[in-house]
Amino acid sequence: MTRRSLSPFAVNVVLLGIALLWLLPYAWMVSTSLKTLPEIVKAPTAPLPAGLNLSAYSDVMRAMPIGHYFWNTTVMALAIAVLQIAVALPAGYALAKLRFRWRSLAFILVVATLLIPAQVRFVPVFTLLADVSLINTMTALVLPFGVSAFGTFLIRQALLSVPDSLIEAARLDGASELRIVYGLLAPILKPTLVAFFLFSFVYHWNDYFWPLVMTTDEAVRTLPLGIALLREQGTGVRWHVVMAGNVALSAPALLVFALTQRHLLRAVSSKAL
Amino acid sequence: MSPGLLPRRARDPLLLLAPTMVLLAVFFFYPLLSAAYTSLFDWDLLTEARYVGLENYRALHESGELSHAFSTTLRFSVVVVIGSMALGLGLALALNRTGAFAAFVRGAIFSAYVISWVSVALLWLWVLDADAGALTALVRGAGLTPRSWLGDPGLALYSLAMVTIWKIAGYSMVLFLAGLQDIPRALYEAAALDGAGRWSRFWNVTWPLLRPTTVFVATTSLIVSFQVFDVVRVMTQGGPVQSTTVFVYAIYEQVFMNLRVGRASALVVVFFGLLLVLTLLQLLAWRRREAAR
Repeated sequence: MTRRSLSPFAVNVVLLGIALLWLLPYAWMVSTSLKTLPEIVKAPTAPLPAGLNLSAYSDVMRAMPIGHYFWNTTVMALAIAVLQIAVALPAGYALAKLRFRWRSLAFILVVATLLIPAQVRFVPVFTLLADVSLINTMTALVLPFGVSAFGTFLIRQALLSVPDSLIEAARLDGASELRIVYGLLAPILKPTLVAFFLFSFVYHWNDYFWPLVMTTDEAVRTLPLGIALLREQGTGVRWHVVMAGNVALSAPALLVFALTQRHLLRAVSSKAL
Repeated sequence: MSPGLLPRRARDPLLLLAPTMVLLAVFFFYPLLSAAYTSLFDWDLLTEARYVGLENYRALHESGELSHAFSTTLRFSVVVVIGSMALGLGLALALNRTGAFAAFVRGAIFSAYVISWVSVALLWLWVLDADAGALTALVRGAGLTPRSWLGDPGLALYSLAMVTIWKIAGYSMVLFLAGLQDIPRALYEAAALDGAGRWSRFWNVTWPLLRPTTVFVATTSLIVSFQVFDVVRVMTQGGPVQSTTVFVYAIYEQVFMNLRVGRASALVVVFFGLLLVLTLLQLLAWRRREAAR
């Protein structure tokens, strides 16, 4: 390679090629989902479908209660994200703003849970929840994620830069601690909370592992689990149906990403801070 | 850290922390102890558990299951970490500029990080399909003999690694971009005044200043790839012939297919030990990153 800088045009051509490595699989997914069974059997790799045929989508709807799964997934992800924020706000406030004896220990305990991911917890939590008959319930999906070390840490860090005088003034006005946390500090932390909410919501909406091990019942089944089952039910070559399900699964995430790219990128890079 | 305010009542901090601490105790610390205890028993979830001492660990060791899970996970992780970091760094360097085109390419690559592992796994299951997949057709079209990307025991693990790189390269790209933006422009200007070329500036300015980010990305992606499960479960179910039975999949199989909770718990304990070591490495890396700021 010469010491001269590469031609910007050549660089851009390479970058475009790389972007296509990411975009073409999506296009392939959508194109496959618009095909019919005879097309898939005859010419599985034809780049374009014969027409805009939505039969694969109605096959998906016939194979599973997709609206119900969608609802379950959204309720679960929403409940987790809201619970995490509700629990982390008072904890973050105590850890950032109050002086008390066990503060360092409490902080270390919170951060230490980063060492114990779901993949370590699932066996004992499964037997624990089975003992109290909570397997196959929304509780089993939500409660084990009620506390987020990352969220608590993020909120604590954000609170460190809020001046003490603000809290002192609220105390003089006779505000209770809970009122200070949820009424005064939460609105100030809005950008942090929005970023964390998006991160947590998308993460749990997409989660496959925990619902897989905690549920067997259709009543609480989530969308990633249901869509993955499309492939398992001896579908054979019915790839158009699997891809139609996959469009339904990935489109909301891609839409949220397109709308909130800035917030989401900030949440991800702040994870590394 | 600021000394902070005195609580109005001594019990306030404890009350504020109570929900967090209860959830931590029930869903994090108790399970860990419970796994360590259960690992000493032979238990099938249905009949009475029987105390067997360290028998589970011995059996895992002697059957070779432990070393197989470890070496499979390690080979997978090494490929994923090196691949996603090289790609992430290269892309960050090429895309560290303003403009709609760069933003478009960044968004395209990062989109894979946003969609679910299930989506990615199903997408690539179809592209890599041995009979009718797009990649198979491309290879055939080029006049070559396609291989069974997921059916060949020597290849399946690396196919999964490739899919994982596709999914997470955007994440390391974003972290590298953040790292690059922390490097003061003045350093590049000074280097350019000294007559340093493109490569010289990279090796003498970018690379050393990016090192803490590099170490951080490496350990983060190492830990993430050690926990791989979804792509294995959806794409290969641990096969062919156990060639993709990574650690978490081995644990899952012991519980939900073999109903051997004691054996699974022993694997959990070993797995936790490994993650502990990796996380301590990450903490060290984190310290260096902070120190370098």
